[in-house]
Amino acid sequence: MSLVYYAIQQIVNALSIGSLYALMAVGLAMVFGILRLINFAHGDMMMVAAYIAAFALFAGLPLWIVAAVMIGGTVLAGLLMERVAYRPLRGAPDVALLLSSFAVGAILQNGTLLTMRRLGRPDQIAFPAPAVLSGVLTLGPITVPRLNIVSLVAGVVLLILLSLFVTRTTLGLSMRGAAEDLDAARLMGINVNRVVATAFAIGSGLAAVAGLLFAVQAGQVNPYMGFSPVLKAFIAAVIGGFGSIAGAVLGGYALGALEVLLTALPGIGDILPQGMVSPGVKAFLQQWLPSSLSGYRDAFVFLALILMLLFRPNGILGKRGRDELG
Amino acid sequence: MLELHDIHVSYGSIQALNGVSLQVDKGELVALIGSNGAGKSTTLKTISGLLRPRQGSLVYQGHEITRAPTDRIVGLGISHCPEGRRIFGSLTVRENLLLGAVRRKGTLTEDLDRVYELFPRLKERLHQAGGTLSGGEQQMLAIGRALMSRPALLLLDEPSLGLAPLMVERIFGVIRELKLQGTTMLLVEQNVHHALDIADRAYVMETGRVTLEGPAGELRRNPLVEQSYLGR
Repeated sequence: MSLVYYAIQQIVNALSIGSLYALMAVGLAMVFGILRLINFAHGDMMMVAAYIAAFALFAGLPLWIVAAVMIGGTVLAGLLMERVAYRPLRGAPDVALLLSSFAVGAILQNGTLLTMRRLGRPDQIAFPAPAVLSGVLTLGPITVPRLNIVSLVAGVVLLILLSLFVTRTTLGLSMRGAAEDLDAARLMGINVNRVVATAFAIGSGLAAVAGLLFAVQAGQVNPYMGFSPVLKAFIAAVIGGFGSIAGAVLGGYALGALEVLLTALPGIGDILPQGMVSPGVKAFLQQWLPSSLSGYRDAFVFLALILMLLFRPNGILGKRGRDELG
Repeated sequence: MLELHDIHVSYGSIQALNGVSLQVDKGELVALIGSNGAGKSTTLKTISGLLRPRQGSLVYQGHEITRAPTDRIVGLGISHCPEGRRIFGSLTVRENLLLGAVRRKGTLTEDLDRVYELFPRLKERLHQAGGTLSGGEQQMLAIGRALMSRPALLLLDEPSLGLAPLMVERIFGVIRELKLQGTTMLLVEQNVHHALDIADRAYVMETGRVTLEGPAGELRRNPLVEQSYLGR
């Protein structure tokens, strides 16, 4: 019986971490769809959000104000980034935009580092997690960290809102049109600058929410905290089909599930209850799925990415023949 | 209505237009003919602001639009139905049509009805993804989408390219109907027979220049045109 609870807990974990990856990945996907830019500074937007949240919490502001300031500040930072680092490069080769995104990332990281030193703070500060996001929730025999429930709910709600936006509003429709064929979108009279700015604003806002949740989970913030999440989000977007919002969401949850599976399966032989499987099977599992294997989780994730690129380079949802249209 | 004066356009170091001047008056259907690479599509892209001229000026209804961004040009009433149709393949037929009206305010029911009347086939396919339509249906959708902005001037680039003969007839039937309704059009077409049949006036382009111009009926009897484009 305890195995069922264990499974439920792991499913909640998978959905919650998947939500975070999905929130990050859609921002990458929206921008890539329109500009063909892999915005590696996207993770640094998340870092900026986490710092804003940390200082707002230090100031003792109520959580909803913290959230508003954090999201507002990050959206502004995202719009500024687009205006200064990407818009002047419109029409330049894709690689120029990519390099510019590395530059933005470096500037944000070093800028944060400098600011912290100026303020006399350590490079890494403990994140003052608000009470609603800490502790565990106990439902009978099932115990889940409250953060995981909040992540799951926030992810699902925000992604549903995003899907309503891109299917029900003119601006959202324009965004999908621009992602599919930028020149054709121009010919419709779509203001491309506005669409691109919207993509950056929404992406940064969602990254901000993910940033807060990541910071609570990690218990600390540092200037380089965006690196691993943006890589994971990139993998998620590639798994789903790069450039597609639906693909990014699907890829985010797929990656979350994969990671949790890779953490939960190793060592499964040790926790199986007595008599559930024959001793032979148990010994086999202990032999081939030892708990020490979970340390190689990221290696397996990247292996999955390589396999994906080899066998389905356009991702789960990808079947785009865009390049044929020239 | 629309005047191009001495327009020069280049792609990098390649000169695509070498001083093109032409004019379209209200209510006219003007054809632009010439062989591949003569600069016909480039001319249309320059009018709609996708390409910037190095030299020369574009005036539309008294507005200088030489350096105007495309969305403003569309807002002024020029709609460009591009070569290769450029349908948004993953969007539904209806969503494609709605995007055609992105610069407009107010209800679109009337405009949608007008498009369905011109192309009943589209009405049957409303919720289908644009990419699943046949070539002819995509061309209908491209024209319908271009009409959604209620253009005062419609630029049509190769509307019959790659279509079966029967579909070519239908598309030209629709162009004829639009003409009767008073739509001003600038038509780029490799099917010179059809183009000169339907147009009021025409320009012949060669290597980035206008080499001949005149009423369509006259050009049809011009020995040079006959020899080069009509194959007689």
